[in-house]
Amino acid sequence: MTYAQATFIVNLYRKIGKSIRNLLLILFGFIMIFPFLWSAILATHDRTTMFSGGIDFSFGNNLIQNYGNLLEIMDFWTGMLNSFSIAAIGTAVSLLFCSMAGYALATFRFKGRNAIFGIMVASMMIPPVLTLIPYYMVISTLGLANTHLAVWLPFTINPFGIFLIRQYVVASVPKDLLESSKLDGANELRTYWSIVLPLLRPGLATLAIVQFVFLWNNFLQPLVVLNSPEKMVITQMLRGVQGVPNTPWGAVMLGTTISILPLIALYMAASKQMIAGLTSGAIK
Amino acid sequence: MNSDIDSQPRAIAHQKTPRNWHQIFRKLTPYGFLSPYLIIYGVFGIFPVLFMIYLSFHLWNPVEGLGSMKFVGFENYILGLTDPTLWQTIWNTLVMAVLSGVPQHLVALPLAYFLVMMGSKARHWFTTAYFLPYITSTVAVSMIFYVMYSKDSGIINAALAFLADASWSSWIFGGLKEVLPLGWVQENGLIRYSVSFVVWWKYVGFNTVIYTAGLATINPDLYEAAKIDGASSWQRFRHISLPLLRPFIFFGVTLTIIGNMNLFDEPYVLTVGGQFAQTAGKTISNYLYQVAWEWLDMGSAAAISWILFVVIGIFTAIYFWFFGRKGLGGE
Repeated sequence: MTYAQATFIVNLYRKIGKSIRNLLLILFGFIMIFPFLWSAILATHDRTTMFSGGIDFSFGNNLIQNYGNLLEIMDFWTGMLNSFSIAAIGTAVSLLFCSMAGYALATFRFKGRNAIFGIMVASMMIPPVLTLIPYYMVISTLGLANTHLAVWLPFTINPFGIFLIRQYVVASVPKDLLESSKLDGANELRTYWSIVLPLLRPGLATLAIVQFVFLWNNFLQPLVVLNSPEKMVITQMLRGVQGVPNTPWGAVMLGTTISILPLIALYMAASKQMIAGLTSGAIK
Repeated sequence: MNSDIDSQPRAIAHQKTPRNWHQIFRKLTPYGFLSPYLIIYGVFGIFPVLFMIYLSFHLWNPVEGLGSMKFVGFENYILGLTDPTLWQTIWNTLVMAVLSGVPQHLVALPLAYFLVMMGSKARHWFTTAYFLPYITSTVAVSMIFYVMYSKDSGIINAALAFLADASWSSWIFGGLKEVLPLGWVQENGLIRYSVSFVVWWKYVGFNTVIYTAGLATINPDLYEAAKIDGASSWQRFRHISLPLLRPFIFFGVTLTIIGNMNLFDEPYVLTVGGQFAQTAGKTISNYLYQVAWEWLDMGSAAAISWILFVVIGIFTAIYFWFFGRKGLGGE
């Protein structure tokens, strides 16, 4: 074999290896995306075209009728609005509470500080499912059953968020700045609100992403607490029509597709930030 | 994480001046900032756990109010410990954790390894696609998969039927003809695989991103040096990437375990709230939900929670004992 032949064979192997690798990556991407495409396609079909057998990747022409059906089987936009208001209010309040706690843990020394740290770490270890019964008991004892408050309030003190903010305060709020602000006569609340918070913006954005995605997608707590149709969130409503006989699946798939669109839109606009935010526990 | 605790400046406190309101106020400031956490955690975290101990010795139907509680001693615990369904659901949870968790990491690792070889633009697009399932609601994706798994009209059975019929693929898939259509979510023998696939699909991209980030922290000079020494591509992966990724693997596996212990949404939707394939597809959480909210037996559910607390605690301890110290990098 000549030298030229040898290099040709080596290059060929390399090229084949590369194409196999690329093919795998693309195939994998297809597996990840396909269910979303499929639900969008099914959203345009009705029962007869859907159940006719065979595989049909074309869009049907039943979208408008499906939309009508969707509004008939569930109070779709009420569910979307409920989900949105829970996610938005919960996120806003958790930014406030987590940043307050994180700021306090990062700047002050006080009795019980290490105990609070220990409790936070320990509470992160307890699987949430075990706290489901006590959570429900407290909610019903306080008379909060069937309220939105019950769904977001317990999650506003996410220990992960508190640690995240604490790290940000330590890393990006200079101590001198806090000292000088105190010398200028600003009280603690003012220092926190107008000096610390603006510096924490990137940390708050990360936390907002984590909280919003969690609250929007949450299912278990609403399932346990919210029981009247006008209070239900969208995940609950979608799941609720599953048991209905002769479920109009086209309509359900349309609802499912619309319900994931807000997050997908957000994701399309800021995928880098969202990926970084949602994996921030690992990269730190 | 704790190294900087002692280096923080103490809130300026003048010991010389006598105690006054101003000073007391100063002392209370940190507690003021922490008060939302302390109050909410006290109400939703500490109080209920204590209450749950009390509850686990009682019979209580929540619909009839707090007055209907009846003391039953250890009966709830005895019922729980001798309940074959409880042990069955613990087993189901473990099996599905392994079925979905192990492939997650076995696929994510090489995938991340391939991804970092790509140019940054291609990598960005692939990562965006892989991560997409993670941000969408479990209920929504489980609904989509429920339709795809459908026995008579689902795309999966349709695709298998097509492959079994087509001349070029019938030598592999032809054998399926007799069993098609498969009841992916109806049959006890299949439900664990169906649920595990959805879980795998949802979280494999998340792990890929974690491993990609981990690989990005590795100094490329190491690979160069190994290349010069004649190490093959596999050897570089095995002896450089894998050991340096250890903390990331530990983190990813820990999250997978925690997530799988809490698995609820996917089996709940795929088994339609426990109407189909109940025996093999029901997880711990599903069972707890059923006992507490369908059978309305809060006392038993509380006792089951404590039993699970101990079981999960034992497994966590074993895991950390074997892998924790190594995973965190300090032997």
